[in-house]
Amino acid sequence: MLKTLKRILAYTRPYFAYFVMTILFAALGIALSLAVPIFIGEAVECCIGKGQVDFERLGRNAVLLAVIVLASTLFQWLMSLATNKLAFMTIRDLRKDVFSKLERVPLKYIDRRTKGELTSRVINDIEIISDGLLQGFAQFFSGVITIIGTLIFMMTINVRIALVVVILTPLSFFAASKITKMTHDSYMKQSLLRGRMVSLSEELAGSQKIVKAFVYDERAQERFGQINDEYGKIGARATFFSSMTNPTTRFVNGVIYAAVGLLGALGVIGYSPFIGTMTVGNLSSFLAYSNQYTKPFNEISGVFAELQNAVASAKRVFDVLDEEEVSDDSDKEALTECSGALSFDKVYFSYNPEVKLIQNFSLEVKPGERIAIVGPTGCGKSTIINLLLRFYDVDSGDITISGKSVSEITRDSLRSSFGMVLQETWIFTGTVAENISYGMPEATREQIIEAAKAVYAHGFIKRLPQGYDTVISDDSGLSQGQKQLICIARIMLMNPPMLILDEATSSIDLRTEHRIQKAFSKLMEGKTSFIIAHRLSTIKNSDTILVMKNGNIIEQGSHTSLIRAGGFYAKLYNSQFES
Amino acid sequence: MKKLLVFLKNYRKQLIFGPFFKLLEAVFELIVPVVMAKIIDEGIANRDSGEILRLSGIIVLLGVCGLAFALTCQYLAAKCAYGFGTELREALYRHINTLSHSSVDKIGASSLVNRLTNDTNTVQNGVNMFIRLATRVPFLITGATIMAISIDLKLSLIFFVVAPVISAIIFIIMRKTVPMYKDVQKKLDRAAMLTKENIEGTRVIRAFSRQQEEIDEFGGAVNDIAESSAAVGKISAILNPAAFMMMNLGIVAITWFGGIRVDGGRLTQGELTAFVNYMTQILLALVVLANLIVIFTKAFASANRVSEVFDLESEKSDGNELPSQHTDCKTAVEFKNVSFAYDGAGDNSLDGISFSIGRGQMLGIIGGTGSGKSTVSSLIPCFYRAGSGKVFVYGSDVVNYDFDELRKTIGIVPQKAVLFSGTIRENMKWRKADATDEEIISALKTAQAWEFVEKMPDRLDTVISQGGKNLSGGQKQRISIARALVGNPQILILDDSTSALDYATDLAFRKALRSDLPDTTIIMISQRTTSLKDADRILVLEDGESVGLGTHDELLKSCGVYSEIYRSQMNEKEGGENA
Repeated sequence: MLKTLKRILAYTRPYFAYFVMTILFAALGIALSLAVPIFIGEAVECCIGKGQVDFERLGRNAVLLAVIVLASTLFQWLMSLATNKLAFMTIRDLRKDVFSKLERVPLKYIDRRTKGELTSRVINDIEIISDGLLQGFAQFFSGVITIIGTLIFMMTINVRIALVVVILTPLSFFAASKITKMTHDSYMKQSLLRGRMVSLSEELAGSQKIVKAFVYDERAQERFGQINDEYGKIGARATFFSSMTNPTTRFVNGVIYAAVGLLGALGVIGYSPFIGTMTVGNLSSFLAYSNQYTKPFNEISGVFAELQNAVASAKRVFDVLDEEEVSDDSDKEALTECSGALSFDKVYFSYNPEVKLIQNFSLEVKPGERIAIVGPTGCGKSTIINLLLRFYDVDSGDITISGKSVSEITRDSLRSSFGMVLQETWIFTGTVAENISYGMPEATREQIIEAAKAVYAHGFIKRLPQGYDTVISDDSGLSQGQKQLICIARIMLMNPPMLILDEATSSIDLRTEHRIQKAFSKLMEGKTSFIIAHRLSTIKNSDTILVMKNGNIIEQGSHTSLIRAGGFYAKLYNSQFES
Repeated sequence: MKKLLVFLKNYRKQLIFGPFFKLLEAVFELIVPVVMAKIIDEGIANRDSGEILRLSGIIVLLGVCGLAFALTCQYLAAKCAYGFGTELREALYRHINTLSHSSVDKIGASSLVNRLTNDTNTVQNGVNMFIRLATRVPFLITGATIMAISIDLKLSLIFFVVAPVISAIIFIIMRKTVPMYKDVQKKLDRAAMLTKENIEGTRVIRAFSRQQEEIDEFGGAVNDIAESSAAVGKISAILNPAAFMMMNLGIVAITWFGGIRVDGGRLTQGELTAFVNYMTQILLALVVLANLIVIFTKAFASANRVSEVFDLESEKSDGNELPSQHTDCKTAVEFKNVSFAYDGAGDNSLDGISFSIGRGQMLGIIGGTGSGKSTVSSLIPCFYRAGSGKVFVYGSDVVNYDFDELRKTIGIVPQKAVLFSGTIRENMKWRKADATDEEIISALKTAQAWEFVEKMPDRLDTVISQGGKNLSGGQKQRISIARALVGNPQILILDDSTSALDYATDLAFRKALRSDLPDTTIIMISQRTTSLKDADRILVLEDGESVGLGTHDELLKSCGVYSEIYRSQMNEKEGGENA
């Protein structure tokens, strides 16, 4: 916990000035505000009774009080500003760091996690750090200053009564921590149940149409009702416990108030030498302090709970930051000229050492050749892409491009010699033109339009409300086929020497599908291409077919040779003409 | 809004006694300063230690009673709020399950989930706070004011100046910052979106070597957040210091003018102390009031959103016919001149569609995206009502059926395979709650799913995670098909539900379907002509209109659209051989 806190603190270093200001202004603002009761007491003292008011002293006192109030106000305000600045700047830096880190971790790190999980690191966890650690810190600090300050002021008025207050303090602490503990346990249960209720609702109410289609509604209602009832019971408990805090503190406050009133009043009348002497004004200030004294205890115990949350979040964020990065390749050679020749030499690869995947795979590809990768769904066809673009590294063996080993050239230059169109199209929020020119931001509008025309995408883009300037996103209503055309145009614009294409299997309407086919063939002219293929025409026109099953390459060769061999491919091929 | 009050019906007692006890606590709290004033004015003035002791005891006693009352109130509030919330959610979910497809479309499934979980929670919290604070805060404010007036009317004028000013400050700052906070939230959402898109597109981004640009863009977005947060922080930072300032300046005024009143004999020293006390109480109450306004505004907005769901019409059948009354009818499904438009859509999605299909026969539906294929299938179980024309099942208009009974005879495989968290067995029991393992396995076998389920270590007990994330697309689709087959449906609707299956699996499935369910009427929607070749009739749709109806051979001769689709798909197959 301490290590995590230290690391967070390190992030505030560039804003050290704000850090100092927060502490300084907090101390000043609170110290001044604590002086207020003294002056109020002083004022009460000036007003002893009818005709016994010392107006000169009262007036001076009022002016001083006003000045102190204004000064304290100013410092409190400045403290808030400094804390804000400190918090917002620190979390901005932290967010930037985590995001940049995600660009440098190996893909296997990202593949193993859901995007929701990673997004939550960057957004929610850091938000919790901001709330809990930075703003919580300010609250904690002012709480501590208030307690210490109040005690000092009380001591200056009357040490003995102040000591009585100190003795009564644990009462407040004890009550607050007891309640916090009770609340914490039932809150955990409540949030667990709430999570379960939300995910059940997401499933059942979110798929209401399916629930209806299967006449599952009675059973769904029963499942929902069960968890809802339980949530209601636990929730009521948790809420009751947490709502005990305020009345309990008010009560402890009341007891301390009464004790101060009793001892103070006895002191004023000189009841016992043990209490010492006091004025009515002293009593009035003392009463005001005892009112302020207990409140911070309550706040501090609240801050502790938040702090725990924040540290947990910070740990998760730092876990991301501590991930291993892909090896540095800045000293490697850049691939400047690429003939399109490529070879796999005795490649071994697996994602998980226990499950062997690709074993002793060799393949020679001449410039301009087409390689089709075929196999049933889920057979691991994307593994080849992962290796070609070095998203993953081979376990042993080598892949060479234009005679150079991929491990000897920079990743960026390797990747820029490939154009890739995946079936899961990636459209980011931005204009059509920005999406097309993603790989070549300096492209002119003419070049963009030319690329779109070449892949038969110009027609539908033209008809969008703002043409090439229409802002699109992944779920902005473009059909799957249209999105794929935009991704193809992206590659067309770059014109790389090698291609990786993923044919669509999902429901694309026939006309668009035709266009995509035509766009693909145009794109492939004279380029070395790897195609994850579903269409027989594509497969049959390839120079080499790699047949994959369960992650392994089980057959490789041309269409005719594979048919002749009568293996898995032949079976797969024949099934299409039967019906 | 009013509709939701019904759910408070069972909690009348809590609703009355909760605020009542809170009121008692507030009364006791208001008496304390009076007692303290008495200690000063009588106990100290008369040097009566017995009186001081007695009065202090009264303060503690008041505190004990106050604590008891407050805890009673908190308990009643939690009980009432959660009881109300539980009943509300239960009823809301019951209502959601009765909604027709068109009603669900109006609000959207994800919004329904939000309203069922988040909004009901906000309303519940509003009820809780209402009981706890809605009476206490106004009572404390008016009470403190009245007490002040009863002590000294003229001096209490200061209250009437300070309280409105503080209220105005709170109001103005809130009105200014609420929209600004929304703006910050929007920017935060944008950063979240960028992160999500970035993770989705890692491969593309790295393939294009655009990591640095992505980092820069994200950096801009978080800078935006920091700036907007700082801007709103600047304003909201004024709130507490300003309220502190106003209250204490009010106290300054009280000491000065109070001094004049004391001098004139109209006020005692103790009463002056009480006055200062009331001032503090009012300020604290006003700050709580500000939070209360925020909570209630949110609760009202949520209550409205929940009410909107209750206002949606439930699905209602025109009769209560049962499919079992029509076992002698030879026709399974018949459309007579059916037209249909989705709510809010300008154009008809279906226009004058007519066809019929006999029991045990198979109807194929083919056409491009948006041609109305899925719409036809969702009219059969009467998920939507035909706009004009009639849909008959077993010779009777579907609107006259008991919908649940009708749907129990139909098996539906939606386009998107949606599975639910739980074991495979639980998922397979959706159509038939008491299905045996034999029935389930037989359905899985027909759907070509048993081959992989059998290999899973836990077989039918294999747990499917939410959304079926631990299965591949093809596996999900096959389980979704099998789910609809359990209990031998009389009519089976397959909505383009084999798109993720490879040709071989698709063929095996179609063969098994015909041999395992010989009496089932099948409605099969597909993009592939090969899948529909064997259908007894094929309906060809284009833009919601029927452009052909007949067998494969008939359509090849008579229907231009169909033969075009067929030729393009066959060309593609035989293209290789011709080339």
